[in-house]
Amino acid sequence: MLGRRRAFRLLTLPPATWLALFFVAPLILVVAISFRPEAGPIDFGDPWTLSFAQYERIFATPSYLRLLGTSILIALTVAMAATILAYPIAYFLAFRARERATLYLILLLIPFAVSYLLRVMAWRLMLGQEGAINSFLMSVGLTSEPIDLLLYSQGAVIVTLVYVWIPFAALPIYAALQRIDRGHLEAGADLGAGPWSRFARITLPMALPGVLASFFMVFIPTVGEYVTPSLVGGTEGYMYGNLIQDFFGQAGAWAGGAALSVLMLVVTIVLVAVALRVIDVRRLAS
Amino acid sequence: MTRRSDVGIGRTRVPLGPTYAVMLALLYFPITLLFLFSFNTSSVLSFPLSGFTLRWYGEVFADAALLEAARNSVLVGVGSATVATALGLGVSLAFVRFRFRGRTSLLGMAALPLIVPFVVLGVALFLLFSFVDVPRSLLTIAAGHTVIALPFATLIILARVSGLDAQLEDAAMDLGATYPTTLRRVILPIVGSTLVSAWLTCFIVSFDEVAIALFLAGGDPTFPVFLYGQLRFAQRLPVLIAMAVMLMLATVTLTLIAFRIGRRQP
Repeated sequence: MLGRRRAFRLLTLPPATWLALFFVAPLILVVAISFRPEAGPIDFGDPWTLSFAQYERIFATPSYLRLLGTSILIALTVAMAATILAYPIAYFLAFRARERATLYLILLLIPFAVSYLLRVMAWRLMLGQEGAINSFLMSVGLTSEPIDLLLYSQGAVIVTLVYVWIPFAALPIYAALQRIDRGHLEAGADLGAGPWSRFARITLPMALPGVLASFFMVFIPTVGEYVTPSLVGGTEGYMYGNLIQDFFGQAGAWAGGAALSVLMLVVTIVLVAVALRVIDVRRLAS
Repeated sequence: MTRRSDVGIGRTRVPLGPTYAVMLALLYFPITLLFLFSFNTSSVLSFPLSGFTLRWYGEVFADAALLEAARNSVLVGVGSATVATALGLGVSLAFVRFRFRGRTSLLGMAALPLIVPFVVLGVALFLLFSFVDVPRSLLTIAAGHTVIALPFATLIILARVSGLDAQLEDAAMDLGATYPTTLRRVILPIVGSTLVSAWLTCFIVSFDEVAIALFLAGGDPTFPVFLYGQLRFAQRLPVLIAMAVMLMLATVTLTLIAFRIGRRQP
């Protein structure tokens, strides 16, 4: 079995090396750099000194922390809305669409094939001064002046992101619903459970791992968003991700930006871990 | 089947069909509206429409920078999808065939990029390449995209190879085949269609990715990075939308092919 050891190395060394170089090393480096004292550009030739200056500055700036809180709230709202709206779609695909499920699934995913940035731009067109909603409101006479509030707001960011994520959020829920053994539902019906009680006591608990997967697959990218807010958010829709990007832009404040990134990563991981502990996924799945 | 409808399994008072139709209409409405402006004579995006033209589609092919950005995206997508699929296959086969220390850690590590916000990963890779003094280029973008595509590749491939019979490989190796030969002649033909769908998923993830790419792009932009830079110039939008319509048709065709191949597996 000499070949087996070589096979093992062939399989594991490349992925382990790649992840060490391009995933673990950069994350360690961000943490290391976040403890450097420089307020401006960094010269990596300078000696490494341990400093808490970046974190002290962040925790002494209430607006940064408020922005982190706002971003978490926006991400929670978007993730919840996208998951709730995706659920009936997934339910329809799993239980009703039958032999046409593949077709309906493809129809759902086609908008996902449009460049992300243009799906965001589509909402600029919907919400803008001379956009679709304003044109419609004016043509039916509900308003004589275009409403200025639609675009460049927190609401615009939320609506756009929910729109972008719905097809994606439907996929894990669909997969979970498909795995439910129809026999459980029939047994429930035979034992006298009505539709609501079957939903609450059989379907939903069994679909919950998929629902949670959808929720987090939307929440995590949204909490760090900076591209969508920069296109439809204006100053009011500015998010924590935009703050990080600004630290790396003109300011060149890499150490400060690194500390902001570490804070965001820690908060995200803690939130995910707490949620998974509260909702004991393994017990639900079994 | 009759029994299912007898007891009303999967039936609710919620009108599911109409709900699906309405949601689909809401999903298609904004992009359809946007697409109209790729056929509109005016370069300003406002209503009412001014007239039909195919001019913008012609201009796409005269726009060297735009075509080059699209070509760059294809290069980055092909590179990162190929590497991510190969690495994902390695992780999956090691996980189902070998018992070793760090077995779950390796799988966990391959899936972990899913829970790191892209802006953090972008920052981290940006700092890494600055630290080791590697100039930013398409290669640095591809390295980043490989990391975010790896979880998708691994999960898709793992689902398939965990159902494979280990005796197939043992038989091949008992008969004298080396492991690379076994991999090429026995395993790859069986999991081939899964590898194709994993590869396409990775390609699509990379092709549309902008948040990490903005941190890692050098002088050569990928299509989304180029697009992001151009969105400020309103009069450029019709050409960009025309390009996006064509890219969408290409993506849909690719996806349909992947679906076909995926369904062929036993």
